[in-house]
Amino acid sequence: MEAHAEAHEHVLEIPYTVHPRPDTGVYNAKLGIWLFLASEVMLFGALFSAYILLRTGAPTWPRGWEFLNVPLATLNTFILIASSVTVVLAWSNLRLGNLKWGRIFMGLTLLFAIWFLVDKGIEYRHEFLEGRSPATNNFMAVYFTMTGLHGLHVLGGVIVFTYFLFPGAKMWKTDRARYTNRIEVAGLYWHFVDLVWIFLFPSLYLM
Amino acid sequence: MPERPQDRVASPPATAPVSHGESIEAASLHLTNPELSWIRRYVFSTDHKWIGLQYGFTALCFLFFGFSLMLLMRLQLGWPGHAFALLKLLGESRAPGGVLLPEGYNQLGAMHGTIMVFLAIVPLGVGAFGNYLVPLQIGAPDMAFPKLNMFSYWCYFIGGVIMLSSFAAQGGTPASGWTSYVPLADIATRGQTYWLIGMVFLITSSLLGSINFIVTIVQLRAKGLSFMRLPFFVWAQFVTSFLLLLAFPPLESAAFLQLMDRLAHTSFFLPSGLVVSGEHLTNAGGGNPLLWQHLFWFLAHPEVYVLILPALGIVTEIIANNTRKPIWQHRWLIYSVLWIGFFSFIVWAHHMFITGMGTLISGFFQTTTMIISIPSVIILTVLVVTLWGGAIRFNTPMHFAVAFLPMFGLGGLTGLPLGLATTDLHLHDTYYVIAHFHYVVAPGTIFALFAGIYYWFPKITGRKLNEVLGRIHFWLSFIFINGVFLPMFLQGLAGVSRRLYDGGVQYAHAKAIAEATNPWISISAWCLAASQLPFIINFVWNVVAVIRDKRNAEDNPWQATTLEWAAATSPPLAHGNFAVLPVVYRGPYEYSSPEYPKSDFLPQNVDLHPAASPGGGMLAGTAVAQREA
Repeated sequence: MEAHAEAHEHVLEIPYTVHPRPDTGVYNAKLGIWLFLASEVMLFGALFSAYILLRTGAPTWPRGWEFLNVPLATLNTFILIASSVTVVLAWSNLRLGNLKWGRIFMGLTLLFAIWFLVDKGIEYRHEFLEGRSPATNNFMAVYFTMTGLHGLHVLGGVIVFTYFLFPGAKMWKTDRARYTNRIEVAGLYWHFVDLVWIFLFPSLYLM
Repeated sequence: MPERPQDRVASPPATAPVSHGESIEAASLHLTNPELSWIRRYVFSTDHKWIGLQYGFTALCFLFFGFSLMLLMRLQLGWPGHAFALLKLLGESRAPGGVLLPEGYNQLGAMHGTIMVFLAIVPLGVGAFGNYLVPLQIGAPDMAFPKLNMFSYWCYFIGGVIMLSSFAAQGGTPASGWTSYVPLADIATRGQTYWLIGMVFLITSSLLGSINFIVTIVQLRAKGLSFMRLPFFVWAQFVTSFLLLLAFPPLESAAFLQLMDRLAHTSFFLPSGLVVSGEHLTNAGGGNPLLWQHLFWFLAHPEVYVLILPALGIVTEIIANNTRKPIWQHRWLIYSVLWIGFFSFIVWAHHMFITGMGTLISGFFQTTTMIISIPSVIILTVLVVTLWGGAIRFNTPMHFAVAFLPMFGLGGLTGLPLGLATTDLHLHDTYYVIAHFHYVVAPGTIFALFAGIYYWFPKITGRKLNEVLGRIHFWLSFIFINGVFLPMFLQGLAGVSRRLYDGGVQYAHAKAIAEATNPWISISAWCLAASQLPFIINFVWNVVAVIRDKRNAEDNPWQATTLEWAAATSPPLAHGNFAVLPVVYRGPYEYSSPEYPKSDFLPQNVDLHPAASPGGGMLAGTAVAQREA
């Protein structure tokens, strides 16, 4: 009868929200984020394909480095790479039970993300002041659309990390393992956002 | 329809080898505890069953609305230029004095396609049936991410509202067809922007839903339920989810690009030197209209399989249950559905043979198109051979399921000439295409969805739909739906274009056949509408009876083997589905098993050798039931 009562409590809960299922080796949210990232690959893949098609079909194509701010974009690249490192450190500290350092590294990730967006804003402002808008030509259209969508993803990361740093951190007291998992999942997303920029930077600024 | 299983005492069906003894106690345990507010229970519910019903009701409303738009179009096509009082409903801008204008006709056409595909059939097949049944069939307490599930439904709902609100937009609804081909859609009136924003919401909804389905199926399968033991319906939903996950994002990208073209005046899809109404467009130019077609069909061909796979899943369940036999070569169904899923990503350009892509590319896509027809034929063959020698029970769900086979077969076979460039040159954009894909989707998928509604209604409500009304509904629908679509093959072969608002009477080559067939098609369409009355009466009558708590079905009224019938009550427990999570011992279709001569069905969760296994509540119950038997 005791086993029975346990079974009832079990029924109400969804299994594998925190601990991995033995035969698949992942917990639910981790599989979920990988699937989400697969769909994101298709989203950006379609945009890169569109870029390639338009560029190969055009008689002339502007060279990004001639007028875009390459040094600032290079700095932004390093900022995002650094933030990918700090988000891993945040997770590993939480794994070790160290909330203080976990939050410090999460805060650093957040600052890097905001810094990236500020730089991007400076670049956009410069382009508009020089009279270059999405309507100017297809290069500028591709530039604004792709960096804009990427910027929205960075903004998404800012919202997620702000949440986990402040109101979401309450979960540390109630369910430590789950909170750590959430940072891991957010980190996977963040690596992807970083990776997209690694492709965007050379293809828009250097090629 | 409130679920009140606390009023129910689950009684073990006389013929079933499963005992529900446990669930009586469990029901009283569970249903006292959901102390949720009315809003959390019925509006912002996170229970997959209620979300499934929300999807179902919303999608049925859209199905009815999309069908009504087509009925109005058929008035114009049957009797071009005549005034109809009914058409005055569309307003002075679309039908002054009840005579439909070409602009109004285009709006109705674009909205009919969009609503039927994105707001009716997919949400019914995936959102409603998938949501309700997948967790039950795999023995899970809910979807893996219940809040995300709720969010998906509300994204769908908002997307639908945005689409509908385009009727009030300046210049009317989108009118560039459900495909929104550029450059037409780029320069269309404001309604097109509503379409794009609506699509972004619908795509987000499908995307989040598909993640939820895949994680649920991979992670929450009951103990012992290996992939090869999954019911085919779950397999169909699994592959469908992958199609939605990977094919929809490119359309989302394309929608962003078209939005940029329309709002930020970019030229992604606008070539240089475009002249509109005698004036040069001032856009920068240099864009590529074919880019839109590639991105669109990269989604929209897999989308065809999103429409058909859940239907195949439903039909398989019903055929297995009513032939009382195992599915013949069950594993080939699974291999075929995986094959379809993979190949559906590399056939999209067969929609584009007349764009001048070049013979090499056309050759590639013709080849892949011919290859993807093979697994569809295997699936149909498996289902047809399963009927062979069965003692078939011809109830209403089985009528629809069996009719699905030749209708889908006809739709599929008539697709072959469209997949070969040479014949497609003649048939492209004619009524032949309309007839072809409607045979797949209307008497195909929609019949399967009706079969599913008749089959799982007792699961959801504890009450069976009326058989006589169901059969009247079936036979009338079957006759008139063929009356609608069969003549369209002839029109298409005669070269009648599908986009003409007068049905083709202005062209010499089309006039004779259009005048001979169009009035009859329109009459058939209106009779088809009338044929839905028995269904609506049946449905509403029984829903009202359920709300009044009159139930007449057992937990397992069809004597089925899969978990949703064999391990759960009807309706299932509001919170958590099962009294005890079931354990699975065998494949899904063990009908008339020689291992178990006492009954003609052996549920997945019955343990034939309970002593050898570790004990649990359900196992003990089963053992008792067996001793009694």
